Amino acid sequence: METLANLFGSYWPAIEITGWTLIKIIAIVIPLMLCVAYMTLAERKVIGYMQVRIGPNRVGYFGLLQPIADALKLLFKEIILPTASNKYLFFLGPILTIAPAFAAWAVVPFDLNLILADIDAGLLYILAMTSVAVYGVIIAGWASNSKYAFLGALRSAAQIVSYEIAMGFALVGVLMCANSLNLGKIVLAQSGGIFQWYWLPLFPLFIVYFISAVAETNRAPFDVAEGESEIVAGFHVEYSGMSFAVFFLAEYANMILVSTLAALMFLGGWLSPVSNIPDGFLWLLAKVGFLLFFFLWFRATFPRYRYDQIMRLGWKVFIPITLLWIVVVGGFMQTRFAYLFH
Amino acid sequence: MNAIQTDLITALPELSVLCMAMFILLLDLFLKPGNRILIYIFAQLTLLGAAYLTVNTHTTTVSYAFNNMFVHDPLADILKLMMYLATSIMLVYTRSYLSLRGMFRGEYYALVLFALLGMMIMVSGAHFLTLYMGLELLSLCLYTLVALDRDNPLATEAAMKYFVLGALASGMLLYGMSMLYGATGSLELASISNALLNGSIDKPILVLGLVFIVSGLAFKLGAVPFQMWVPDVYQGAPTAITLLIGSVPKFAGFALVIRILTQGLPVLAIDWQGMLVIMAVLSIIIGNITAIAQTNLKRMLAYSTISHIGFLLFGFMSASLNGFASAMFYISAYVLMALAGFGMILLLSRKGFEAENLDDLKGLNQRSPWAAFLMLIVMFSMAGVPPTLGFYAKFTVLQAALQAGFIWLVVFAVLMAAIGAFYYLRIVKLMYFDEAQQHTPIAAPFEMRLILSINALALLGLGLWPQPLMDICAYAIGSSLQ
Amino acid sequence: MSFQGLIFQDYVFYALAAILLFAGLRVITARNPVHAALFLVLAFFTAAGIWLLLEAEFLAIALVLVYVGAVMVLFLFVVMMLDINLDKLREGFWNYLPIAAFVGVLMAAEMAMVLGTQYFSAEHIIAPAPHPAGYSNTAELGRQLYTDYLLPFELASVVLLVAIVAAITLTLRDRKESKSMNPAEQVKVMKADRIRIVQMASFKEPEEESNTKEGA
Repeated sequence: METLANLFGSYWPAIEITGWTLIKIIAIVIPLMLCVAYMTLAERKVIGYMQVRIGPNRVGYFGLLQPIADALKLLFKEIILPTASNKYLFFLGPILTIAPAFAAWAVVPFDLNLILADIDAGLLYILAMTSVAVYGVIIAGWASNSKYAFLGALRSAAQIVSYEIAMGFALVGVLMCANSLNLGKIVLAQSGGIFQWYWLPLFPLFIVYFISAVAETNRAPFDVAEGESEIVAGFHVEYSGMSFAVFFLAEYANMILVSTLAALMFLGGWLSPVSNIPDGFLWLLAKVGFLLFFFLWFRATFPRYRYDQIMRLGWKVFIPITLLWIVVVGGFMQTRFAYLFH
Repeated sequence: MNAIQTDLITALPELSVLCMAMFILLLDLFLKPGNRILIYIFAQLTLLGAAYLTVNTHTTTVSYAFNNMFVHDPLADILKLMMYLATSIMLVYTRSYLSLRGMFRGEYYALVLFALLGMMIMVSGAHFLTLYMGLELLSLCLYTLVALDRDNPLATEAAMKYFVLGALASGMLLYGMSMLYGATGSLELASISNALLNGSIDKPILVLGLVFIVSGLAFKLGAVPFQMWVPDVYQGAPTAITLLIGSVPKFAGFALVIRILTQGLPVLAIDWQGMLVIMAVLSIIIGNITAIAQTNLKRMLAYSTISHIGFLLFGFMSASLNGFASAMFYISAYVLMALAGFGMILLLSRKGFEAENLDDLKGLNQRSPWAAFLMLIVMFSMAGVPPTLGFYAKFTVLQAALQAGFIWLVVFAVLMAAIGAFYYLRIVKLMYFDEAQQHTPIAAPFEMRLILSINALALLGLGLWPQPLMDICAYAIGSSLQ
Repeated sequence: MSFQGLIFQDYVFYALAAILLFAGLRVITARNPVHAALFLVLAFFTAAGIWLLLEAEFLAIALVLVYVGAVMVLFLFVVMMLDINLDKLREGFWNYLPIAAFVGVLMAAEMAMVLGTQYFSAEHIIAPAPHPAGYSNTAELGRQLYTDYLLPFELASVVLLVAIVAAITLTLRDRKESKSMNPAEQVKVMKADRIRIVQMASFKEPEEESNTKEGA
């Protein structure tokens, strides 16, 4: 270390910081990828049981090696480039999908002080990152030069932009209560047991946020962007092999991300539900797992929404609800019942 | 808490207009189509209420609110009162026109009130930000109103032109403001003025900023060389909207010039005087000469507006209190004339027919002597024939310019006014000496005929007794500008 | 400026500025409008990076959130659906070039004239003092907006309201051929509205059964 420091002179601090940050990033990304892999297995298992099937059970114990096998298969498959596609943008699409899905994790606190970048406007940063993710889908759909892909891209763009508004407003309620945009501070503002968590005073916002999150990740029943039965596979119909796998990866990483955010903002993050049990990372994990289960449950239960109904739900139901509840929260904060919302 | 309360009380008329505009939007949602008249009544009541609040909060002193962004002075109050009156007259004139063409909708009234709010903010702006926000509010409403008749390709084209050029003008204004901000470090008119007085600020930046600001203002006013949108928009927009664009916003434009040039940049008076002189002369030449060649009445009135703006600038370029008061008098007179002029077009229009060509006026005397007489007064007043209001307005403005020493320019302006009289008098000739081509009786609601008659007769009456209006203008200018 | 004197932030700034300039240039030179729009996205993103360097994190993130995340998405949405004839658009490019170049050069010269004066030199504009540790750009902005700049802020909201009203006024029409349904009406439908349950005997005589079979 010493010799290295001498070698680079005044640049050493910058290099040191960059190096450490890279190590931390890897420490976040690798477990995340594993989570994604096993999320796919969990999905197939859960939906299988819900449909009274067994699900994958051939590769490894209970099919535990199935995700690895899938990954290997996808790695060895040929990546097909459609002749009429736009070569650069065709590959930029998957990259732009996965990059924000990972970048957003930079400000997620896993425990007290266990965070990569503790920035003040963390919540805004996450909103910005999730809103950028739509470009991957749009570019992929356009660059494929295919009708179905393009239709999927347009649907996805309209849907994500619409639900982002409801999602943003739901978060406005949270930051009004917590008085901060810093995710760590938002969690700490909820300390004091399960009834201090924001899911209770902000219940309508919690519901709106979670449903919008499902819509934002293009998951069933909001998966019109893929819509296998109508537009084949939507925006990624032309992708194969690893380039397809990247979309897959991003979708699941986004699911985990929005669930984590919901857990942080409405379910008290790493805090324990009862004040005399110690807090910790495991609580966050449990909450995220609980929320993720809903994603699978929804997929197994609900039929796909019709496109105009999706738009109606977003614009005419969710946005008014969130606006109304923000006014309610703001109004109560001026009265002596303000303690209910802190 | 108390500070904000006094701020809000200062802006009470604005708040009432805002609330009523939103109320009308909501009301429209729940009204049955047969009851739309209620919206019209509410719009008129809004104007009345705002006038009441303005009169009640009137003081002879100058006070500031919202952290020196909003100024409450006699000039603002009086301009606001004039705007309420002009808007109210405009609403009377346009009601039947709109309902005959399927444009009698809640949005129209809401947008008119929002536009009025924008103008009120401009009139009371003491900060570049408020002035600009007010201007944008007004412009956005006007763009929409021009396109309100959606299936009319001419109106859509006019709206597009208006929008693109208006956005360009806003950009120029902002660019100029940003330069002044860079040079003086403030957006507040009073502190800009102080900084210019005290500091030894580099002239090039200021003059360059001033050029952009003056260009932006000229665009909004419609002075040459930034007049190209005026004829197209005046002609393309539905006449009801032309009436709006041609009348009330002129007050706001006047206020914008007063606030920015005379309150914010009096130190640069020498520079902007020169620019205004050029624009005034060009406006009068191009406005008057081009108007002669027009066969469309709305287009002709558009060019006449350009020449009137030229005369208005004569009032400004003297850069004296007397000059500003005469400019204010001119703008009031002009708005009254424009209301009556476009009101006459509305009066002669009917369902499926726009009386917008000069030929439509032929033989008006045979069809309706009274209407022809009213039009005669309006045309005489626009031409500046004594003893109408238009004559007196031109007289005061030119007198102010004469006092400032612009003798040759005044001689020139008088000459151009004489040339301009040609196309106004041509209309008189068409009305009285030509055979009528159509004999459809003129159908208009009673209140419109009444108000229009009063409006046109006022042009004559105020021409004979101009002193009260002149006193009001002198009072507004004298007690607000030091 | 010597190369040694640069600190890390300077490198980041120059890198971002270079990307920004390149992206901005490509916005106007790219032949394909979709590419141009995407370069604009890149330009916004890089500009946000530069703002972050200036410690204006709220503005930076808001730029990404609003412009990149919403405005440009809709922009791309429209551009992708347009069938633009590029050759027709470029018609007359060379005819307009002289006057456009003249105006452009004039503007550049004016800007150079302004920026070259002492008021914009590094000596005149002192670098602001670094903020204390607890300083929150977002909170400060909020405080300013709701106190000193309350009036323009509220006016901006009115302008946005008018924009909504304008957009709806100009585009919304009740089309007769539209097949859209009102979900509230759909939800209200009761079972009795759609099907009629007819009471019949569960058992039928055997000879009748043979009749229906023949009929089928």
